[in-house]
Amino acid sequence: MLGFLLRRFANYLVLIVIATSFGYLLAASTLNPRAKYDTMQPRPPEASISQTLSNLNMNPADPKLDRLGRWAKGIVTGGDFGKTIDNKPINEEFGRRIWVSLRLLLIGTILGSVVGVAVGAYSAINQYRWSDHTITFLSFVVISIPVFVLAVALKQPAIGFNGLFGTDVLFIQGEYQAGGGGWSGAAILDRIQHLVVPTLSLALGLVAFYSRYQRATMLDVLGSDFLRTARAKGLRRRQALVKHGLRTALIPMMTFFSYQFVLMFVGAIFTEKIFGWHGMGEWFIDAIGKNDINSVGAVVFFSAILVLIAGMLADLAYAALDPRVRAN
Amino acid sequence: MSIDPKVVVETAPTPVEDGPAEQASLSRGRLVLRRFLRKRLAIAGLVVLVLLFLLAFLGPYLSPWSYEQKDFESFLSPPSAGHWFGTNQTGADLFAQTLRGMQKSLIIGLLAALIATGVAALVGASAGYFGGWVDRALMWFVDLLLVLPSFLILALLSPQFRGKSWLLFVVLLAGFAWMITSRVVRSMTLSLKEREYVEAARFMGVPAYKIILRHILPNMSSLLIVDATVNVGVAIIGEASLAFFGFGIQPPDISLGTLIAEGSVAFLTDSWLFLFPSGFLVAIVLAVNLIGDGLRDAFDPTSNASRGSH
Repeated sequence: MLGFLLRRFANYLVLIVIATSFGYLLAASTLNPRAKYDTMQPRPPEASISQTLSNLNMNPADPKLDRLGRWAKGIVTGGDFGKTIDNKPINEEFGRRIWVSLRLLLIGTILGSVVGVAVGAYSAINQYRWSDHTITFLSFVVISIPVFVLAVALKQPAIGFNGLFGTDVLFIQGEYQAGGGGWSGAAILDRIQHLVVPTLSLALGLVAFYSRYQRATMLDVLGSDFLRTARAKGLRRRQALVKHGLRTALIPMMTFFSYQFVLMFVGAIFTEKIFGWHGMGEWFIDAIGKNDINSVGAVVFFSAILVLIAGMLADLAYAALDPRVRAN
Repeated sequence: MSIDPKVVVETAPTPVEDGPAEQASLSRGRLVLRRFLRKRLAIAGLVVLVLLFLLAFLGPYLSPWSYEQKDFESFLSPPSAGHWFGTNQTGADLFAQTLRGMQKSLIIGLLAALIATGVAALVGASAGYFGGWVDRALMWFVDLLLVLPSFLILALLSPQFRGKSWLLFVVLLAGFAWMITSRVVRSMTLSLKEREYVEAARFMGVPAYKIILRHILPNMSSLLIVDATVNVGVAIIGEASLAFFGFGIQPPDISLGTLIAEGSVAFLTDSWLFLFPSGFLVAIVLAVNLIGDGLRDAFDPTSNASRGSH
């Protein structure tokens, strides 16, 4: 068992190193950190541009592999991911932005998953009734709306909603109002007012997505022999459906859930950009726009680790829930 | 021959009959078609999709403006008789541009989805069926692709597409869309290959590729069809997502994504620039998804659609 875990851990390490190196080198060959200085008015002297970029370890004059080596050395020796192109420590950016993304996504993700599973199971049990048809149609409509269209489109009703009250009840920009941000009662209310519309834009999509898959897995289970057996041994319909049906139907869903919950930490690019939250997703996009090679590398590294954790979690969940896998 | 009853149905001769009752002698294709035709939503989706295709490819002949023309007398004008969907900041006719974008998005979606689901099915089933080093090698590759953040990689690569074929972009889009499904397919294969009919086929000497194509993959057709249709939407939306930040399809090519990206900035003031391209994008994806759902129910051997109701 220990050997298996060690081998697996070593494999993960190799994957992370390859993925991060690939991401870093790709960024180093497609991005141009000099662009920031070339467009400055007045343009700084050549020697000073060169020196600044060298200090950031982003000077295109240095060979890419040398830069990668220096960057990797910083990570391995001191856990230091270097500086952003604006000369801020990347580690601090991480520490700040992860929590912003988490505060944005946690409620929406939980809400979306739980409601999605419930709606999907309900839909499957009532297959071909009008409730199933309605749920199916509505979830298809929502699935068909890209998150950025939904997010942009939700701004209009939010403004209309505010109009009803004659005051700003819902905010569609930022995490809290300028000067706010604490955790006092008033500040928390302010945060909630900012959170409602983005959460809605996230949760709606998740509910629709999960209800489709949950309905499909649930239908596969409903006709099965073990469910009939459960009824035959005297379980009530509801008991049989929840204890044997829903649980079995949730097994294939664990893959989706693991990824969903772990990848929450890389943030939501569109929701953050559209609603102006300064989380991981925003960093992701801004790093490319700013030609910030170190940040791109750090984001690749971070998301690689998260994906591997999610995969491990999915396997564990499978083993915990499916006796057939456990037996192997 | 195997003892899988579905194969017996498949290979049985097909008597032509139109009775209301479905019998085992009906060919699988007819059975699926018949079940599909009963799904009103799926038919509606099919009709809408055909109409959208016709509109995208024949509509430009109806329009007085081409997508490349600029009307220098009306900048940023709302929908009118002269410009059905209005014009943008540079005086381009939004109707013509939307149709042009639809052409590209439709083709991108269909191609990328076919590639992605096909790859997912083959890789996942091979890994699960063969096991051993094949499994390890394929899943290692899947892991590697999964740990690479696809959006970032595609965004970094997109300046390289400028001036090259957009088909390259489609392949890359599909190249990052199959991995999770292939893991699901693999785990389903692991349990399917223990079934008696698969073992029977194996003991009778049926070659592995035939077992995978005939006994393993058809038994997860519901998953694959749901996945393929979701993938058409995912690919169209994926392209639009990249375009939202100016990545992916590059000018002079137009896609619905590039139009939505331009329109979203002006949504609260000049909403038509956003609403028309978004509306058509949603309509395409919705139609494809409804068709997929109808097919899922029609294909699924455990579906009880054939036993009355709808």
